[in-house]
Amino acid sequence: MITLSVNGVDHALDIDPSMPLLYALRNHLNLNGAKYGCGLGQCGACTVHVDGKPVFSCVTPASAVQGKPIRTIEGLGTPDRPSPLQHAFIDHQAAQCGYCIAGMIMRAQALLDTRPTSTEAEIRDYLQPNLCRCGTHMRIIGAIVQAFGAVAKQHTDDTHGAHA
Amino acid sequence: MKRMRKFAVGFAASILAAAVGVIAYAWQPAIAALPAPAAARADDQASLVARGARLAEAGDCMYCHTAQHGEPFAGGLPIGTPFGTIYSTNITPDPQTGIGRWSLAAFTRALREGVSRDGHLLYPAFPYPHFTKMSDEDIAALYAYLQTRTPVDAPAHPDALRFPLNFRPLMAGWNWLFLKKGPLAPPADAQSAAWLRGRYLVEGPAHCASCHTPMNALGAEKSGSPFAGGRIDGWNAPPLNALTRAPKPWTQAQLVAYLHTGIASEHGAAAGPMLPVTQHLANLPESDVDAMATYLMSLQPAAAAQPPAAVAVPPADAAQLRAGAALFTASCAACHADGAPMRDIGGRPPLGLGSALTADSPRNAIQLVLHGNPWNGSASAHYMPPFADVFDDQQIADVLAYARVHYAQRPAWPDVARRAAAIRKENPQP
Repeated sequence: MITLSVNGVDHALDIDPSMPLLYALRNHLNLNGAKYGCGLGQCGACTVHVDGKPVFSCVTPASAVQGKPIRTIEGLGTPDRPSPLQHAFIDHQAAQCGYCIAGMIMRAQALLDTRPTSTEAEIRDYLQPNLCRCGTHMRIIGAIVQAFGAVAKQHTDDTHGAHA
Repeated sequence: MKRMRKFAVGFAASILAAAVGVIAYAWQPAIAALPAPAAARADDQASLVARGARLAEAGDCMYCHTAQHGEPFAGGLPIGTPFGTIYSTNITPDPQTGIGRWSLAAFTRALREGVSRDGHLLYPAFPYPHFTKMSDEDIAALYAYLQTRTPVDAPAHPDALRFPLNFRPLMAGWNWLFLKKGPLAPPADAQSAAWLRGRYLVEGPAHCASCHTPMNALGAEKSGSPFAGGRIDGWNAPPLNALTRAPKPWTQAQLVAYLHTGIASEHGAAAGPMLPVTQHLANLPESDVDAMATYLMSLQPAAAAQPPAAVAVPPADAAQLRAGAALFTASCAACHADGAPMRDIGGRPPLGLGSALTADSPRNAIQLVLHGNPWNGSASAHYMPPFADVFDDQQIADVLAYARVHYAQRPAWPDVARRAAAIRKENPQP
């Protein structure tokens, strides 16, 4: 049995230790946000977080990440209460076909969690491993920049509130 | 007694003479700045600039003299040395912060003697011990090329060297010990034009030995072991004097392909610090790369009369191999397994022949697993994703044990988990 801790819930799965994490998420846990793009770690559509770091789940062995916290896009927000980043993607209508978007959001979220004051140049650099074949990159970047701004503002407001 | 005293006096005198020589070297005059950057170059300079461009590619000047995301040649790249970090300088023709007001004489002195225009001594991370071998014509061409780049206002970043090396005049002693000024001596035996050109490029502008020769305690290339292999940026620079002793001996054709395209179908893809080198060598005419390979192949010992006997692979830890096989199947097999579609396109070498996997040390294999191999423009044949955040150190040891035994047919390296942990710490943190 392989135990995966996904979005805060432990799942004991009877799967082969050589199964990529992506297959376990999609086929065994019905978490279909992460997508199978290239299967080779080249496109980023399968990006999820392991221990807070973005990884290509298509080339990540499920057995290698047992016990580590795994976060997928399903762990960010809900249709009713999207996360700030998901909200920004909706505002910017950043998806065309949408296949790359879960990966884009998860990669951007990892940066937002660790370096929320990143500049647009740093965001572009960080997002470099993720590809979009429709070419909606400008909207994707626009959405991410907006979310970083919103989170920074929230942070400032909170800090000021604490002083008041 | 008298003789002793005479000896002592003579010894003291020679020490004094050396000290005077070193001090004299430390005091280098400034060479007057040009009143303004040299005027726009006439058309007849075009061929000189083209020749300079070729030399700049051979020497890969741009890599060290460009910061990440920085303007070309504007400097600012941190260069880690065993003595601290130094930063490359701006070699664009900016009059204030670059070399726009350097005369050709000042530029020549910097390349030949390691002295900046204002007289301060440069550190040998700038490979003037090799550039000193360049011809007057080539130095003039390189000067013409650099002076026609786009000027960038980028002041030098202060270095972070440990005492006493932050005291530049000390470099005079280093130069006295290690700098052999002047052109290459003519070869003992008659050699082909290609060999001569290759030797000039390899020993001069391309400065291959800077990375591929072990360093002594003072950071100079160890005399007596040229091309015996070195260490750079956390990667092993393999020996260049044992290419015919590789499991699959290197050939001239493989070496040309590797240097010119970054891929050798029997050895692997350029990675780590060698990747940018091949990216710039790609812009040289093939005749130059062929000449370099001609010279390098002449440094090789005769191929072993018989192919090395197959190494008897001792029985590896079965549990480790099982664990490694599972990890390999999920993470590596889609590209590296025999018969994987990704194996058959782009002239990729079989994993079992990869230099990193057949090397005596696991260092480069660990670096590749941790960091992969970044995108190389649109040439996807090099690319490998990073696994630093996927595998822990023991998992790296397991997957490499499996790849070594199953693909390279060699015994697993000992102690990989501990070395992977150490290399993670050595590497620059994101």
